[in-house]
Amino acid sequence: MEPAEIVQHSGGVIGVSWLTIVLPLLGAAILLLGGRRSDRWGHFLGVAMSLASFVVAALVFFELLGLGADQRRRLVQLYEFLPAGTVDVKLGLLLDPLSISFALLITGVGSLIHIYSIGYMAHDPDRRRFFAYLNLFVAAMLLLVLSDNYLGLYIGWEGVGLASYLLIGFWQHKPSAAAAAKKAFVVNRVGDMGLALGIFVIFTTFGTLSFGPIFSHASQASQGTLTLIGLALLVGACGKSAQLPLQSWLLDAMEGPTPVSALIHAATMVTAGVYLVVRSGAIFEGAPTAQLVVTIVGVATLLAGAIIGTAKDDIKKALAGSTMSQIGYMMLAAGLGPVGYAFAIAHLIAHGFFKASMFLGAGSVMHAMNDEVDMRKYGGLASVMKITWITFGLGYLAIIGFPLLSGYWTKDGIIETAMEHNAILGWLAVAGAGITGFYMSRVFFMTFHGERRWDKDAHPHESPAVMTWPLIILSIGSVFGGAFLIAGNRFMEFLAPAVGRPEEMPSFQPFSLTGLVTLALVAVGVVYAWLKYGRSAVPAVAPRGSFLTVFARRDLYGDALNEALFMRPGQWLTRLAVFFDNRGVDGLVNGLAALIGGTSGRLRRVQTGFVRSYALSIFFGAALLVGAWFVVGNL
Amino acid sequence: MTTHYLVLSALLFAIGGVGVLVRRNAIVVFMCVELMLNACNLAFVTFARQHGNLEGQIIAFFVMIVAAAEVVVGLAIIVTIFRTRRSASVDDANLLKY
Repeated sequence: MEPAEIVQHSGGVIGVSWLTIVLPLLGAAILLLGGRRSDRWGHFLGVAMSLASFVVAALVFFELLGLGADQRRRLVQLYEFLPAGTVDVKLGLLLDPLSISFALLITGVGSLIHIYSIGYMAHDPDRRRFFAYLNLFVAAMLLLVLSDNYLGLYIGWEGVGLASYLLIGFWQHKPSAAAAAKKAFVVNRVGDMGLALGIFVIFTTFGTLSFGPIFSHASQASQGTLTLIGLALLVGACGKSAQLPLQSWLLDAMEGPTPVSALIHAATMVTAGVYLVVRSGAIFEGAPTAQLVVTIVGVATLLAGAIIGTAKDDIKKALAGSTMSQIGYMMLAAGLGPVGYAFAIAHLIAHGFFKASMFLGAGSVMHAMNDEVDMRKYGGLASVMKITWITFGLGYLAIIGFPLLSGYWTKDGIIETAMEHNAILGWLAVAGAGITGFYMSRVFFMTFHGERRWDKDAHPHESPAVMTWPLIILSIGSVFGGAFLIAGNRFMEFLAPAVGRPEEMPSFQPFSLTGLVTLALVAVGVVYAWLKYGRSAVPAVAPRGSFLTVFARRDLYGDALNEALFMRPGQWLTRLAVFFDNRGVDGLVNGLAALIGGTSGRLRRVQTGFVRSYALSIFFGAALLVGAWFVVGNL
Repeated sequence: MTTHYLVLSALLFAIGGVGVLVRRNAIVVFMCVELMLNACNLAFVTFARQHGNLEGQIIAFFVMIVAAAEVVVGLAIIVTIFRTRRSASVDDANLLKY
């Protein structure tokens, strides 16, 4: 069934839904312009703006719930953004189940992470600037998901890219952080170029950028055009969501403060690519090739991320590999068409909770261990950090798909839908789940169990309440979120007006055959990890490992590949261009200038200053003219 | 008749020109310039009489006016230079060069 019609809306809370974007933006502006005067209360303002935005989003959500299911796509026209000839872009907000789900996730998890950051960044002299950037991020991300046209989406897209850059490089005094920020920015530009090209093709094809008319006319465009648009949008999605082949930036992005990794590089921003693919569903459904590529990218990334995750000793990088992998699952689901959309978004929301909970847990551990990130120096932390251990453990159980926790419902849903669609994709996704079981158990056991391998000056302690409460709330979400969304098809029914209802509603059967195989594989992974990292001693220095371990540890040679394929040839190209510029262009221009300068330097000697010599040259000139006149006149 | 006047005019012009080229004293050079102007005036008037119209006469008046203005400015410059440099030789005033 087609998605519901988009209805113009005015009045009510929906009418002022722009407040969700404006409030955090205002917060960012005040904090950035306020300077040191706002240092004392800046973080409270940041939290308040984010919470206020959440309240507005929640009110909008309830107002939407109050409408009939087929009435739940409301368009709030704000103003004419670009009225120029044939280009007429009206900026508006589209409030439908899809966008409001994102808005709730962004502002809800975002607010919890804001609160957590009060404690985490307490000793940072630049805490105010940090909150300003967080607020900026929330505003940009909300614009991305709420906009009713591709231009607004693109502005938000670039806005979150900027916020991500600023926050990865927040400690820019560290060269590694500055380099990581630059890398994220450059790789994202590649993806953004794809998105921009996709938007250009959309505009030339449909003559508008608004979602409503584009999606209702999508079936009239040729399949080739739709495939082109779909692939271009996919490049954009790959850049933002760290999918192969644009995945390299995400692991380095862990240089940023941990709340940033939790909010931007796990829960929200990196899922923007999934949003883009699901939102553009009408286009992808007309382009089976593009859909197939989406699923392939998803599967490849979910395996690559999982393999990278198995070999990392840096707790944040292991979690980043896991993020890549989980977004791979979402991409896979998003490429499956309407049957997969609900699972993709449900997994996205569930992932937002359990991954944020684990990242913040990792931050709590780092806080306790003097910012140590090497898991080989953790071990046995369970007894000293009870709350972190339990909340991290719940997130961990949720991600590996422990029965009846969040990940079980959403990830198994994806695997089963994929299995029905294409057995190869399905089995690869099952394998990914098994690896997930291994690497997440590895992280969990190395950190919280086994013997204590702490540095001498480490005195781990539980984090303050301002940090543990967000952990507790997030872990509650990661326990019950999946069941709440998936059981009884609640989320599919809710999303149907926005993304369309599949011909056959996928009904999730707990403990099906595929599910049991998955569980068995996960159990194998967990047990293997326990034997290797829980029971036996973990060496303090990473062993050299086999060829495969090095392969995984070096991010599957992604950076080496990029360096050999793009960086080095690029440098040669620039060197060639510089050489041509110096010798060719500059040579010509400078040579001409030198010629004129030298000639005139000699010619000016004629200016002797003696009036009579001037008079003589005038005389000769006149004589010449008269002589010429005689010659010509006599012809 | 006309030829005689024109020959006289050419002679005066040549004398003036040679004077400008060979003399060093600024006043003399100046007088030679005047001589060349007046040689031209003579040629204008001659042709005006020959053709029986007034254009040449009028241009001669213009030349006189310009010459008068030139004398005012030129003499002022020469006198000033003489005051500062104690010399009226055009070869001494050669500072304005490369």
